[in-house]
Amino acid sequence: MKEILIRIDGKEVAAPAGSTILEVAQQQGIPIPTLCHLDGLSDIGGCRMCIVDVDGKIVTSCTTKIAAGMEVITNNDRLAELRRLNLELIFAERNHVCSMCVSNNHCELQDLACDLGMQNVEVPYAYPRLSLDATHPKFIIDHNRCILCGRCVRVCAEIEGAHVWGIAGRGSEARVITELGVDWGDAEKCTDCGKCVEVCPTGAIVEKGKATAEMVKHPELVTTLKERREND
Amino acid sequence: MLNEEVHVNEVLKKYPSATREDLLDILHDIQESDPHHYLSDAALSDVAAHLGMDLADIKGTASFYSMFSFSPRGKHVIRICDSPPCQLLGATTILQKLIDVLGIAVGETTSDGLFTLETASCLGVCGVAPAMMIDQETYGNLTPTRIAEIIEQIRREDEAS
Repeated sequence: MKEILIRIDGKEVAAPAGSTILEVAQQQGIPIPTLCHLDGLSDIGGCRMCIVDVDGKIVTSCTTKIAAGMEVITNNDRLAELRRLNLELIFAERNHVCSMCVSNNHCELQDLACDLGMQNVEVPYAYPRLSLDATHPKFIIDHNRCILCGRCVRVCAEIEGAHVWGIAGRGSEARVITELGVDWGDAEKCTDCGKCVEVCPTGAIVEKGKATAEMVKHPELVTTLKERREND
Repeated sequence: MLNEEVHVNEVLKKYPSATREDLLDILHDIQESDPHHYLSDAALSDVAAHLGMDLADIKGTASFYSMFSFSPRGKHVIRICDSPPCQLLGATTILQKLIDVLGIAVGETTSDGLFTLETASCLGVCGVAPAMMIDQETYGNLTPTRIAEIIEQIRREDEAS
């Protein structure tokens, strides 16, 4: 495959044409924070955590393909500030109360807040009144903890092939839905496979019967599954 | 429900080899031809089957647009502009007049099923602000007096027909 040269954090790197900036950075061992991205699923550039500076322009590295001569900066004060503000907005939009969450200590959102040094949230919290759907026999979706990353939507469509999840509404009214917005327990095409649970980065989609901090997830299972299918 | 199936099928017949790119046109057609100007779950399911799309995908797309309704509406849908140019020229007074004349709040339907009152972003006729649309008809340079007349006239025409 044709290789092209880019400069990433001052280092000249050759990578196959068609790669994304995120892929190249990961191959080089350069850390870029991600949230909606998951190896094995398509990328949507939804969460904006993986932003990088390309020739002075801020772009999402998961959806931007490399181009010859590109000058990429993966981390500087401006990017750190933007990422932290973005993260604060994600926190402020829903009701994330770590100490009471089944995913406490096993949460990608919480991990990001620690990694990026988010000390507090400077924007006002929206405190929306949101519902919780426990109609599924095995799982729960708690909209209070959903960050609308869309991993559940993608894993259900791309890996499981059930196409149950979607996102309805717009802006602050947006919610993940099952089928036409029916209760999850009534979703006819749901196979109860639980892949949405494993890939959900927060405590939004969880197994029933877990107490605080007991919900450990394994999104890497989906990555492995995808890799094995490709190798078959 | 039977009537509904008929109008949905009529619309879908007009799009024999439709793809997902035709979704919005189809939804508009169905909503337009529905006596209650809305998209029922049954209609959305039929569209999904026709286009080979997922239910969540259809609902996600349709719910992005404020002009689609998922609950039954009145025979006539009033959409009053709440964007700044209309606000500056008294849209709030006009809206209050509509609320008084119709006896309903924004988002509600009159008990006779004749009118549904909604707000809309810019209707594109700022030159004749404050403005509203009733179904496909645009009304500009509104005053409280004219509101009463317009509503009264539509009521009369409806009784006559």
